[in-house]
Amino acid sequence: MAIPNKPLGEIKAVKDPELVEKEVDILIVGGGMAACGAAFEIKKWMGDNQSVLLVDKASLERSGAVAQGLSAINTYVGENSPDDYTRMVRNDLMGIVREDLIFDLGCHVDDSVNLFEEWGLPIWKKDEAGKTLDGIKGKRMGTLKAGAKPVRTGKWQIMINGESYKRIVAEAAKKAIGDTNILERVFIVELALDKNRPNQIAAAFGFSVRENKVYSIKCKTAVIACGGAVNIYQPRSVGEGKGRAWYPVWNSGSTYYLGMRVGAELSMMENRFTPGRFKDGYGPVGAWYLLFKAKSLNGLGENYAASDSAKAELQKFAPYGTAAVTPTCLRNHLMLFEMKEGRGPIIMDTVTALAELGKTMDKKELKHLEAEAWEDFLDMTCGQANLWCATNTEPEKKNSEIMPTEPYLLGSHSGCCGFWVSGPDFDWVPDAYKIKAGNGKVYNRMTTVNGLFTAGDGVGCSGHKFSSGSHAEGRMVAKQLVRYAKDHADFKPEIALSGAQIVDLVYKPVRVFLEHCNYTTAVDINPNYMKPNGMMYRLMKATHEYGAGTSTYYQTSSKMLEVVMDLLAMMREDCEKLAAGDLHELMRAWEIMHRIWTVESHLRHIQFRKETRYPGFYYQADYPQQDDANWFCFVNSKYDPAAGKWDTFKKDYIKIIP
Amino acid sequence: MPSYVISEKCDGCKGGDKTACMYICPNDLMVLDPAVMKAYNQEPDQCWECFSCVKICPTQAIEVRGYADFVPLGSSIMPMLGTEDVMWTCKFRNGVVKRFKFPIRTTPEGAANAYESLKGKDLESQLLATEEAEGYQIKRPQALA
Repeated sequence: MAIPNKPLGEIKAVKDPELVEKEVDILIVGGGMAACGAAFEIKKWMGDNQSVLLVDKASLERSGAVAQGLSAINTYVGENSPDDYTRMVRNDLMGIVREDLIFDLGCHVDDSVNLFEEWGLPIWKKDEAGKTLDGIKGKRMGTLKAGAKPVRTGKWQIMINGESYKRIVAEAAKKAIGDTNILERVFIVELALDKNRPNQIAAAFGFSVRENKVYSIKCKTAVIACGGAVNIYQPRSVGEGKGRAWYPVWNSGSTYYLGMRVGAELSMMENRFTPGRFKDGYGPVGAWYLLFKAKSLNGLGENYAASDSAKAELQKFAPYGTAAVTPTCLRNHLMLFEMKEGRGPIIMDTVTALAELGKTMDKKELKHLEAEAWEDFLDMTCGQANLWCATNTEPEKKNSEIMPTEPYLLGSHSGCCGFWVSGPDFDWVPDAYKIKAGNGKVYNRMTTVNGLFTAGDGVGCSGHKFSSGSHAEGRMVAKQLVRYAKDHADFKPEIALSGAQIVDLVYKPVRVFLEHCNYTTAVDINPNYMKPNGMMYRLMKATHEYGAGTSTYYQTSSKMLEVVMDLLAMMREDCEKLAAGDLHELMRAWEIMHRIWTVESHLRHIQFRKETRYPGFYYQADYPQQDDANWFCFVNSKYDPAAGKWDTFKKDYIKIIP
Repeated sequence: MPSYVISEKCDGCKGGDKTACMYICPNDLMVLDPAVMKAYNQEPDQCWECFSCVKICPTQAIEVRGYADFVPLGSSIMPMLGTEDVMWTCKFRNGVVKRFKFPIRTTPEGAANAYESLKGKDLESQLLATEEAEGYQIKRPQALA
């Protein structure tokens, strides 16, 4: 249930908040596309005696990565096969992926896209003459489900009018799960295992960002779907502009933190995403390349990606580099090469592209083409449209610069870090890809912790789900949550911590603050504590300089990794002294802790993998080549919460789809 | 590009139980100053410029000023969110003005079919509830068929 909105951002946090204790069978943590998918699906499978609660840090209507909308759905299988979808994802991610998870997702994603259209999301269609119809006009051609043709940009992407994409999806989710089963503005910050059953999820702890309340929610099973990690490296814009992250700035790695802290095994955390985007505004480039057929040029005006030297460079990374669609990291690799050689800046030639398209268009069509170019930004990256206005950039008259961004961690876009989860229980799925729960049964998308599931950005080794795939995956997980709760109906979760200990854990930054804040005359400067803002800059500086950030063109080395791991260990120690004076700051304190643990696991994986698997995303200078003989495998890691120790190890890759 | 609130236009949502911008901001940035009953952005450098607050504000009191780091002054983009369309007015620094109207949904607000009465049957299969109802057959990889 949404709580009334009271102006508590101004009200200070108190030492002794109220403790609210709840117990449900099924807990959904998150509010984005995956969590909304789970919310839509869950009651269709729940028994009358089962209970569910969804907890969102923000409000469902506009939370998550799709908050401001999207101009395309990037995964719609349609006339293609899940087999080809799997091949595409595998090639883009340089060969090492979980084909069972990707194929499985490819079988279900279209069902979610069909629902979006039914709910009212405008999907562009092709008419009989091959012309584009958008908005309500698209409906004239019928639905995708009935066989109408979408407007494909690439093989997998379809164009939409997506300003209200999230609002529409959230509307269906809220109705399906019921308002009374939603808790908004509550930030879950730690999970807990059961006191009696080993390796079994039992509870989640969090707090309201609106009232002085700590929540302890017991559950038999839970899904963590809180997106990826943003602002873990120093962004290219460090003032106000650091809010203009490519991925949503509020994604603080909570998914990875929550799971790893209870011992869930992570996989491919070394994978990252540094998208090449319009400089500073971070507007999308996909429609420009695919729909408008624009080329990117180097500073000399050359289409560098089509040059003989670029082709020779890609040849080194065959078969990935020589595939019909160049992998995302290698496209960056070519761009970085130009920049390092002094042949920057890299320019998106919008002028030529629109002029070429305009040759066969009448005035009205031309006007529509201009609107399409602007809608691409206004539907999903409004700020880029304003940057065009502020710099007097009309794309038909003036080109724009593109540049690779700071690094992001995610599992749903062109990246694949996340948890090692169980594949579906089909005979064609290798046993090594199935995780057996305590009862011997296999639950699709369960992590290595019994009863703990993830979806969307949380699932490792399975990128390119995007918005639609994350929604479908949330629905797939919902069914497994119900099944797990039913199979464990007699399980009564118990937690080792007392109520007072839970409050002390969650409100520790508040208590540190209140104990010391009167020692100095300036509230932000105090030798006994550090504010989350200061810790954020400390994290960004360390990863930027040593962890393959933009300052070194994404290059690190074994020595530099040693340095940054030492810095991160001290940051974790100093997090004991984080201080928060109000509830908003308490949220920031916990977010920075989530970020530090997340990026540390990223760098631990980079340290372990002694090759450079993703040139263009990062370079390990001591091992600058791909090394298939030794490293054509997953890298997994596990934190032992009892011992406080990490274990990092190889896991076999198994090819399923030829 | 942080959002800002125009003092004259903000009425604090008339002291109701829901301050619109505060309700919607995905990053908990918009807060109401109860002393003056007006909202403000408490952490501009964490603003994603998602325009959620601009679009939801009932008095159109919220606009956005480009990030100081890289956006020259003098431009603005302003949405008007309706039930079927969004209207954008884009003003350039040099005075050029462009207006665009884009569809946002093809059904009335609140009309999304949540299939509330649909109950799945086989909990052991991998089918989603709507797939099961329609008799969808899950595929196998072609090479293994």
